[in-house]
Amino acid sequence: MLYAILCYNDEAAVEAWPKAKDDAVIAKRRTVTDKLAAKGQLGPILRLMNTTAATTVRYGAEPVVIDGPFAETKEQLLGLYVIDVASLDEAVDIARGMAGKNGDGGSGAFEIRPLRAFIPDTEKRETMIS
Amino acid sequence: MTDLTWIDTALKSARPQAVAALLRYFRGDLDRAEEAFQEACLRALQNWPGKGPPRDPAAWLIFVGRNSGVDDARRSLKHVALPEDDSLTDGGDVQDDMAERLDGAQYRDDILRLLFICCHPDLPNTQQIALALRIVSGLTVAEIASAFLVSESAMEQRITRAKRRIGEAEIAFATPGAAERVERLGVVAAMLYLLFNEGYSASGGDALIRQPLCAEAIRLARLLLRLFPSEPEIMGLTALMLLQHARAGARLDADGQIILLDDQDRSRWDADLIQEGLALLDKAVRHAKPGPMQVQAAIAALHARAAQAEDTDWAQIVQLYTTLERMQPSPVIALNRAVAVSKADSPEAALDLIEPLGPALANYFYFFGVKGALLQQLGRNEDARVAFDRAIALARTPAEAAHIRQHLDKLSKTA
Repeated sequence: MLYAILCYNDEAAVEAWPKAKDDAVIAKRRTVTDKLAAKGQLGPILRLMNTTAATTVRYGAEPVVIDGPFAETKEQLLGLYVIDVASLDEAVDIARGMAGKNGDGGSGAFEIRPLRAFIPDTEKRETMIS
Repeated sequence: MTDLTWIDTALKSARPQAVAALLRYFRGDLDRAEEAFQEACLRALQNWPGKGPPRDPAAWLIFVGRNSGVDDARRSLKHVALPEDDSLTDGGDVQDDMAERLDGAQYRDDILRLLFICCHPDLPNTQQIALALRIVSGLTVAEIASAFLVSESAMEQRITRAKRRIGEAEIAFATPGAAERVERLGVVAAMLYLLFNEGYSASGGDALIRQPLCAEAIRLARLLLRLFPSEPEIMGLTALMLLQHARAGARLDADGQIILLDDQDRSRWDADLIQEGLALLDKAVRHAKPGPMQVQAAIAALHARAAQAEDTDWAQIVQLYTTLERMQPSPVIALNRAVAVSKADSPEAALDLIEPLGPALANYFYFFGVKGALLQQLGRNEDARVAFDRAIALARTPAEAAHIRQHLDKLSKTA
C-alpha cells in the first residue's frame, strides 16, 4: 500500500524562518528519508510554494478561476496531479478542462500550486508511481 | 537546554497581527500598544515552554496584551496587583472566542491600518521606514540604527519624533472603504519597496549588512499578499523583490566589490526565489491590470530568465521601460531605459537620451556612472574621466566608489 504523508504547518511562521533554519529542517528530514530511499520505500517528495502563489479553479459548467488557495472546509483533499507546463495559463486551461467534465452542478475545485521542489529520491520511484 | 527558537519565530510572525489589534484596542496609542505586546511576549516566554504553543498565538498575545495594558492603566490609578498568570492563560474558551472574533477581515484591516499609520504622508520616507521596522517588524532601535548608519540615540529621537507627529495628526481609526483601501495599499506597497531598496542598494556603509532588510520587506509583502490575495500589484511587488533578492549571493565579490549584472555568476542566483517570483508574476499578469510594480517585475523576470547575460532580451526590456515611464514619468526610469537602449541599440542612442536628464540628476551617482560608461564605450576617454570623477564624489558606499575606480583604472591603461 502506498501512503502519502502530507506536510502541514503555519505558513506565516515557516516563512519567517531564516534560510539556515530551513536548511536545517530539510537536513533533519533527510535522516529519515535517506533511510527510506535506501530501502526503496521513498516516492517523490514535493514541496509547494506559498498559498499566495495558488490559483483555484472551481467546478461548474463555466469553471470559475479565483486567486488564492482552496478554502472550503466541507471539502477534503482527495488527490493530486503533477503536470509540467510552461505557464499558469496552460495549467488553468487543463484544470478548467477537468472541472468542466464534472459540470453536473457538484461542488469541488482544483487548486493549482506551483512546486518549489520536486525530488524523486529513489531508483525505484517509477515502479512506485505507476 | 531546550530549543526555544520556535517561540521567537512564533512571536515574530504573530507580531503584525497582534500589535495592529492592540493598537486598535488602545485607540491609536502606539507606545501603549507596543508595551502591551512586550508584556504579552514576556508572558509567552514564561508560559509556552511548559504548556506548549497556543492554538492561535496571535489571538493569545492580543488577549494577554490587552489585559496587561488595562492592568497597567488600572494599576497606575489604584495600585491593583496584576492577576496571576494562570488566570490569564487557563481560559481555553476565552482563546477560542478570541480566535473566532479575530477573523481574516479583522486582521486585514488592523494590519493595513497599522502599516498606513507608519506610511503617514506627513513623515519623511526615512521615518516611515524606521517606524515600520520598529512597530511592524519589531526590530530593536539599535538594529534599525545600525541599518541606517546613525547612532542609537539619533534613531531613538527619529522614531519618537515620528510617533509624536502621528499622535498630533489624529489619524482616523475608521475601517477604510474599498477605494480608500486601494489607495492605502499603494502607499504601503511603495513603502515596502523603499524598505527593500534600503537593503538592496544601501544608502551608505557596507552593503552586506542590509540583507536582513530585504528579507523583512519580502516577509511583509507576503503577509500583505495573504491578506489581499487578488491584488496584482502586490503580486508584482512581491515578485519584483523575490527576483531581485535572488541575485544577492552573486552581487558582491569576496572583497565586497560590486559585480555588475552582466558579470554575475548566474549559477549563484537563488533558483527557488526566482521560481516563486516568476510564478507570482505569471499570476499577476492574468488579471490584465498592469501597474508599475508588475512592469518592474517583468523586467527583473527577463533578466532572471536569461541563462547568460548575452541571452537577455534587451529589446523587450526597452519596451517595458517605455511602458513604465508612461505610467510613472521619472528621470531615474528614463536613465534605466537609456541603459537598456545602449544594449539593444547603441551607446550613441543612449547618450542622446540621457543628455536632457543632466539637470534633474545632477547629484545622482548612477547618472554619472552610466554616462561615464557610455562615453568610455564611445572612446571619449577624457569626457568619461570627468563623469567618473563626479560619480566618485557622489558615491554613498566604499563599494560604489571602488567600482568607479576600476573603470578609471581601465581608462588609464587604454590612454
